[in-house]
Amino acid sequence: MPESTLTIQHEVGLHARPAALFVKTAKQFHCDIQVTHGERKANAKSILSVLALGAEQGAVVTISTEGEDATQALEALATLVRSNFGEKE
Amino acid sequence: MKTLHGIAASRGIAIGPAFHFQKADLCFERSAGQDPSGEWARFQAALETASEQIAHVCTIAEAECSPEDAAIFQAHGLILEDPELCQMVRAKIEQESLSAESALSDAAETYVHRLESLDADYMRARAADVRDVTDRVLRILCGVDGSPTVSPIVPSIVLARNLTPSDTILLDKSLLLGLCTAEGGPTAHTAILARGLGLPAVVGIGSDILEVPDGVTLVLDGGNGTLIVEPDEETSVTYRACQAAIDATLTQAHERARGPAVTRDGHRVEVVANVDNVAGAETAREAGAEGVGLLRTEFLYLGRASLPDEEEQYQAYRAIVDVFGDRPVILRTLDIGGDKDLPYLDLPPEANPFLGLRGIRLCLAHPDLFKPQLRAALRAGAGHNLKLMFPMVATIAEVEAARDILQECKAELLAKGQPLAEEMDVGIMVEVPSAALMADQLAAEVDFFSIGTNDLTQYTLAADRTNAQVAPLAMAFQPAVLRLVRDVIAAAHAGGKWVGLCGELAGEPLAVPILLGLGLDEFSMNPPAIPLAKQIIRSLTLDEARRIAQAVLGLDSPEAVKALVRERAPAADVA
Repeated sequence: MPESTLTIQHEVGLHARPAALFVKTAKQFHCDIQVTHGERKANAKSILSVLALGAEQGAVVTISTEGEDATQALEALATLVRSNFGEKE
Repeated sequence: MKTLHGIAASRGIAIGPAFHFQKADLCFERSAGQDPSGEWARFQAALETASEQIAHVCTIAEAECSPEDAAIFQAHGLILEDPELCQMVRAKIEQESLSAESALSDAAETYVHRLESLDADYMRARAADVRDVTDRVLRILCGVDGSPTVSPIVPSIVLARNLTPSDTILLDKSLLLGLCTAEGGPTAHTAILARGLGLPAVVGIGSDILEVPDGVTLVLDGGNGTLIVEPDEETSVTYRACQAAIDATLTQAHERARGPAVTRDGHRVEVVANVDNVAGAETAREAGAEGVGLLRTEFLYLGRASLPDEEEQYQAYRAIVDVFGDRPVILRTLDIGGDKDLPYLDLPPEANPFLGLRGIRLCLAHPDLFKPQLRAALRAGAGHNLKLMFPMVATIAEVEAARDILQECKAELLAKGQPLAEEMDVGIMVEVPSAALMADQLAAEVDFFSIGTNDLTQYTLAADRTNAQVAPLAMAFQPAVLRLVRDVIAAAHAGGKWVGLCGELAGEPLAVPILLGLGLDEFSMNPPAIPLAKQIIRSLTLDEARRIAQAVLGLDSPEAVKALVRERAPAADVA
C-alpha cells in the first residue's frame, strides 16, 4: 500500500482553497485514499472529513492509497502538497 | 450611544430601526415511515436541485464579483457531493428510518460539531459553510427554497452575520434602508450588491451587531463605515441635517437625471452606462444613461454547456441596442480567461489567470469562439449605433489581428447577403499598462479608447484588488493610475480620437471632477451612479475641474487626492 508522509506548508493549513484542491485532485482517481493526521483519519475524497482533520500550517500528514491507480494518485497528491498547493512562498 | 466601526462598502446615510435578517422557519417530520427508498430518492433529487442553485449563484458571483467570491460556492459544491456525508445520510434513512430532512440535519450536525471543536478560528468558520449548504438542501426538501425571507414590517436597517447574494436579492427593497454585516470585506457580495442598489452599507463590523436588539434606532454611515447604536439627540440632529443635504443634492440629481451633463461654462460630456443584459439596459435608460459605454457579453457564455451560437447572440445584442435607439452602444467582445469554467472550451488551468490567456488573447487564439460573436455584433449593428471594443489589448499587433478577423466576418456576411453595419466604429479597452504607454500609436489604429481602470489599477500597482491584504494598494485614486489616465487622454486627443472610461472610477463621485478636468469625453458607470455624476459635472466649470486635476496629479497618495477633491468640489462630497 503506497504511503507518503508530508508536512503542510500552506499558511491556512489543509483548509479553504488547499483543501478544495486536495479533494478535487483525489476525486480524479479510482483508488481509496486515506489521510491521517495524528489520531484523525479522513477519506481524501470527502471535503468534510479532510476539513475535520484540523491540519494547520506545519501539520504532518500521511497519505495512503489503495487500488488500481494508487501510485499515480499518491504521486499527484504528494506533488500538490509539496508545491504548496501551487502557490509561491 | 455606541459607535461601531467596520468597512465602508456603499455610500449614503441611513437612520432607522434595526432588523435582524432571518429566513423562514423550517419544519419537517422526524420519521420517514415505511418508505426509506423514497426518502433516499427525494434526498438525491434535492442534492441535484441544490447543485444547480449553487452553480447559478457561482455564475452570478463570477460575473458580478470575483473568482475568489465564486470559490466559496465551489467549496459549497464539494460539500454537497461529499461521499462521507451522503453515506451517513443514507445509513440514517435506511437503518434509523429517518426522513431525508432529519437524516441530513443529523449528519451535517455531526460535521458541524467536529469542525467547531477545532483550534483555529478560520477552521471553525467552515462550520458555517456546512450549515449554509445543509440549509439550502433542507429548504429544497421542505419545498420552501423559493419562498421569501422574513422581511421587516417598517423600513429598517438590516443586520446580519453575512448575506449571500440570493439573501440580498430576496429582501424587499422598499423596506430596506441600509445593510450592515458582521463579516465580509469591501469586495463581498453584500458590498457589491448594495452599491448596485444604491443602498448605504457597512461590512465586516464584527459580531457585536448581532447583539443589537430589533427595533433599536441606528445611524448607518456607509461612506465612513460606521454604525451608531442608539444615537444621542445631538448626533441624530447632525446626521439628519447631513442626510437632508445629501438628499437635496440627490433629489436634484434625480430630477435632472435625463438632462445632459453640461458644465457651468457649457462643456458637455457623455454619461453612459455599464450594462449586462436587456433588463440592465432598460434600468440604465431610466436612470438617465445617454447610451451604453460598456456592454459586457460574458453573461451569454457563463453557466451553460455549449457555446452560444451566432443567432442567439444576434438576438441578445439586438434586444439591447433596440432599447437605446440611435444612441451609442459599445459592445465589448468576450473578456474571459482560464479562471472561468467554460466546459465547452476546455481551457487548461493557469498559474496566473490574470496574466494569462484572457480577453482578446483568448479570442485571437480561438477564432471559432471569436467569429460568431463578431458576426452577431455586425448584424445587430445594422441600422443602429453599435460600436465594437476589444478587451485586454497589450500590443498594436493584437489590434491588427482582431481587425483582420473582423474584416473576414464582414466578407462572410456580405457573401451571404445579410444586412450588417459595414462602417462600425472599433475601439479598445486601455487596461494593460503597455497599451496606456503606447496610446499614441494605438490611437492611430482605432476610433476610440475606453479606459478600464479596474484592471489598469491592479496591473499598474501589481496588486490583486480581490486580495484584502493588498486591496488598499489597488485603488484607482492612486496618483500613478491618474497619471496614466491623463497620458492616455492626451495621446488620444492628439490623434483626434475620443476617450471614455468604464471602470468603477467613472462613477465615483470624488473622481468625477478629476476625470472631467483631465478631458475625459465619456463617463460609463453603473446606472445608479449616473444622476449624481451628472449633477457633479453641472456644479463645476471646465476650468475649475482642470485646476483640480492638475493639483491632484502632484499629490502622493489616494487619501490626499480624495481630500483635495472634497475641499474643492463640495457637490462631489456626498456622504
